[in-house]
Amino acid sequence: MRLNETPVLRVKNLIVRYGDGCPACQENLDKNRCALCGAIWAANDISLDVYPGETLGIVGESGSGKTTLMRSLYFDFTPTSGVATLRDHKDGQENIWGASAAERRMIRNIHMGMVYQNPALGLRMDYSAAANIAEKILAAGGRNAGQMTGRARELLEAVEIMTSRMGETPKNFSGGMRQRVQISKALANSPALLLLDEVTTGLDLSVQARVLDLIRKIKARHGISILLVSHDLAVVRMLADRTIVMLDGKIVESGLTDQILEDPRHAYTQQLVHSLI
Amino acid sequence: MVAIMEILNIVDLGKDFYLHTPGLEIKSCHGINLTLETGEFIGIVGASGAGKSTILKCVNRSYLPTRGEILYDSAAFGKIDLTAASEREILYLRRHEIGYVSQFLNAMPRTTAKEHVMNALILRGADARSAEAEAKETLSHFRLPENLWELYPVTFSGGEKLRLNLAHAMVKKPRLLMLDEPTASLDDKTKLLVRDMLQRLKGPDTGMIGIFHDIAFMEGLCDKVLNISEGVFVS
Ligand SMILES: Nc1ncnc2c1ncn2[C@@H]1O[C@H](COP(=O)(O)OP(=O)(O)OP(=O)(O)O)[C@@H](O)[C@H]1O
Ligand SMILES: Nc1ncnc2c1ncn2[C@@H]1O[C@H](COP(=O)(O)OP(=O)(O)O)[C@@H](O)[C@H]1O
Ligand SMILES: [Mg+2]
Ligand SMILES: [Mg+2]
Ligand SMILES: [Zn+2]
Repeated sequence: MRLNETPVLRVKNLIVRYGDGCPACQENLDKNRCALCGAIWAANDISLDVYPGETLGIVGESGSGKTTLMRSLYFDFTPTSGVATLRDHKDGQENIWGASAAERRMIRNIHMGMVYQNPALGLRMDYSAAANIAEKILAAGGRNAGQMTGRARELLEAVEIMTSRMGETPKNFSGGMRQRVQISKALANSPALLLLDEVTTGLDLSVQARVLDLIRKIKARHGISILLVSHDLAVVRMLADRTIVMLDGKIVESGLTDQILEDPRHAYTQQLVHSLI
Repeated sequence: MVAIMEILNIVDLGKDFYLHTPGLEIKSCHGINLTLETGEFIGIVGASGAGKSTILKCVNRSYLPTRGEILYDSAAFGKIDLTAASEREILYLRRHEIGYVSQFLNAMPRTTAKEHVMNALILRGADARSAEAEAKETLSHFRLPENLWELYPVTFSGGEKLRLNLAHAMVKKPRLLMLDEPTASLDDKTKLLVRDMLQRLKGPDTGMIGIFHDIAFMEGLCDKVLNISEGVFVS
């Protein structure tokens, strides 16, 4: 037998640069900034594969480019260069970053779900929780209002948001509840790929535990592929099959999660692992 | 008659670590050669720090070997060098063929003992109902008291954790089972129980490697003993 697996997502040579850059940027980088021209290389040649049903963890210090990668994938902006293909879009033959605006909307709404580090980016704070979910279903072509309400209820129940609060706006919700609404919205159209950017950051420990358990259940139940950004190694240890370590816009190390934790090779990864309490 | 075949062949395995902060190279095991056949149980002994755990962790690929080859005869892939196999292949093998048991509990937080064993089966595609039945059977086989099945194992005693670890590894019926000092910190009575269980795990389809510090424990259990401080097999 051969493991003939087609990645759900494949990213090749992603570059996100702010500023024009100069011919000598790469030789003059101070962290992610060119000392000569001041350009910022937020993502500097990122390549990765995400396989069916796996969770790929991404760790790295603040400013290393994790959110940049996630938001590029979700079409929040178009990267400077790079190729990303999805198994479920044109058989993985076309760069999604070259797709038309209409195609991007469909890809983002049907094949992906995103949970933003900042809930204000992922939710409309002045729409009800149910309406936030209905919006995502509508965007994927759903039209039946009754079905949409039923689906919203089912999704919110799955993340333990009481039906009685479906009509309230996320403005009234706690941080943990907002993340759970984001998660149910992300799952609304049963995407193959879930993008999670620091879902538990800033939450109380017990609330974190609940959100992590929820993600574990989603993994088990939906066989979904997850790209999981966290600067908390404990989160990655619990959820990720494989892990990538980012520093200054680059991938410095990748491997099986337990190998990254037990036998880290890069100086930065060693520092990260040794600072685990 | 069951054909005996080589399931694992470690050739000149070596592992060094480089720690950047002090700028220090640590040499762990080196020049390790070992051949394991199906049905065989090899014991590894050696001084503390000699590199025994390192060998098993290299086979499990929790450590990336520095030198050498680890040729494993996989049911799914045929002969495969574990030092060079892809991460996806290693994940597959851990789910289906290779078991690793240490004295430490490696369960998810907020997961009951029963769920922990069930998860090993669900990960390889079993449905929840059959996983539950099989998990219960395995937990009884390893004599984990039934009143503990629905509890989180963080509060378990050393011996209970070990029996859970064994159940978690064995429910997959691995072809290759590795045990890293599973009996450390157990009392003599529990040790005997574990020894008895290991004895019964020996079977024509499984190859086993275990690290024990207690030579008497291995007597009659292990077919061969490798003393790694000298890099040779002792009988
Ligand atoms: N619009 C922008 N203009 C200029 N620089 C930007 C812009 N957006 C991001 N950056 C820079 O790109 C780099 C990567 O930012 P990013 O948000 O991806 O980091 P991150 O890894 O998600 O960090 P954190 O862990 O703090 O969330 C940072 O240096 C950031 O200041
Ligand atoms: N992850 C690691 N990082 C650095 N050094 C390690 C690591 N694991 C083991 N070592 C070193 O390798 C040597 C062998 O360790 P180990 O295999 O655990 O020994 P044993 O199991 O024989 O007691 C020791 O010097 C130990 O400190
Ligand atoms: Mg970020
Ligand atoms: Mg050891
Ligand atoms: Zn420059």
